[in-house]
Amino acid sequence: MTAAPVPGPAAGEPALYQPIALVDLLDRVLATGVVVTGDITISIADVDLIRISLRALLSSVGTLEGGGQ
Amino acid sequence: MTSTADHAPPGQTTGAEGIWLYGFVADVSADALAGVAGVGGHRPWTIPVAGLAAVVGHVPLAEYGQEPLRRHLEDLDWLERTARAHHAVIDVLHRAGPVLPATLATLYFDETGIVRLLTERRGDLTAALDRVTGHVEWGVKGYAAHHPAAASPAVEPDAATPAAGPGAAYLARRRAQLAARTEARHSVEEDAAAIHTGLAGLSADARRHPAQDRRLTGTDAEMVLNGAYLVAADREEEFGHLVAALERRHPTVRLERTGPWPPYSFVGDTPALRGTTPPYPAADSAP
Repeated sequence: MTAAPVPGPAAGEPALYQPIALVDLLDRVLATGVVVTGDITISIADVDLIRISLRALLSSVGTLEGGGQ
Repeated sequence: MTSTADHAPPGQTTGAEGIWLYGFVADVSADALAGVAGVGGHRPWTIPVAGLAAVVGHVPLAEYGQEPLRRHLEDLDWLERTARAHHAVIDVLHRAGPVLPATLATLYFDETGIVRLLTERRGDLTAALDRVTGHVEWGVKGYAAHHPAAASPAVEPDAATPAAGPGAAYLARRRAQLAARTEARHSVEEDAAAIHTGLAGLSADARRHPAQDRRLTGTDAEMVLNGAYLVAADREEEFGHLVAALERRHPTVRLERTGPWPPYSFVGDTPALRGTTPPYPAADSAP
């Protein structure tokens, strides 16, 4: 993960070039958008797989294992 | 960089290439796309049909065909690279005018399907574009601000009477703790719902995404709100103030704002577009 996990706080003017957290981006480019049937598309089921593998990846890297609970 | 006109690439794709769809716009100048590298470094171009245009890019099917795509999407680095490249194109379009972003990884074998879509779904696409014109999307994420330890009950439970043994006292204390925690949780969720309702009131449209996994957010706090708000461009400042005001009013929830985004979260409910079928079955496409 190269991006800062959490973009800045809700204050002040819109910071146009704030680094975008990957997780926020994936919320949008994977789960939303105009759904048209292309010749090749990835289904929602695939999206779930992606998220699971993302979690596995991130936790195996160990960078984001929080101490809470 | 010398992307000639809108309709740059030489007519047909070769058998080894597919067309990656970024989204739809009413109008885009070639200049707007000149500086942006597309997915895989393949420069985006447009397919214009009667006042609408699909923004697309050629990509090799060896990497972006159905099977390779499935494999690659499981690769975090590839996924991140691709998602950011996809977003970069949509963001550039968004800064230039209204855009309907396409879901990541929507591909075509050639222009036929896209031209057909632009022709047959013209009304739906135009209506969807109209809805987002002059609007941006803001994300507001809320995290539970309370610490479970601080939420332990101040009152001693009734059951701690002299007659009760240490075991019973422990159980009673534990039960009270859990009850307090449950109550705190409810109140945080109610506050999150109230915040969402408040923000939705200032927005043209609003929706809640599923809360993000703690391991992905990189924070210990539990996410209780993952909202997206379609905000008119001239109300953005007001929206920012409202976020701050709601956070003050609901101290149990810490808020974080992201954006402005292209209206990703508000173009997916175009029902007529969901039924669109390709000219042939979307079968296995691996080269």
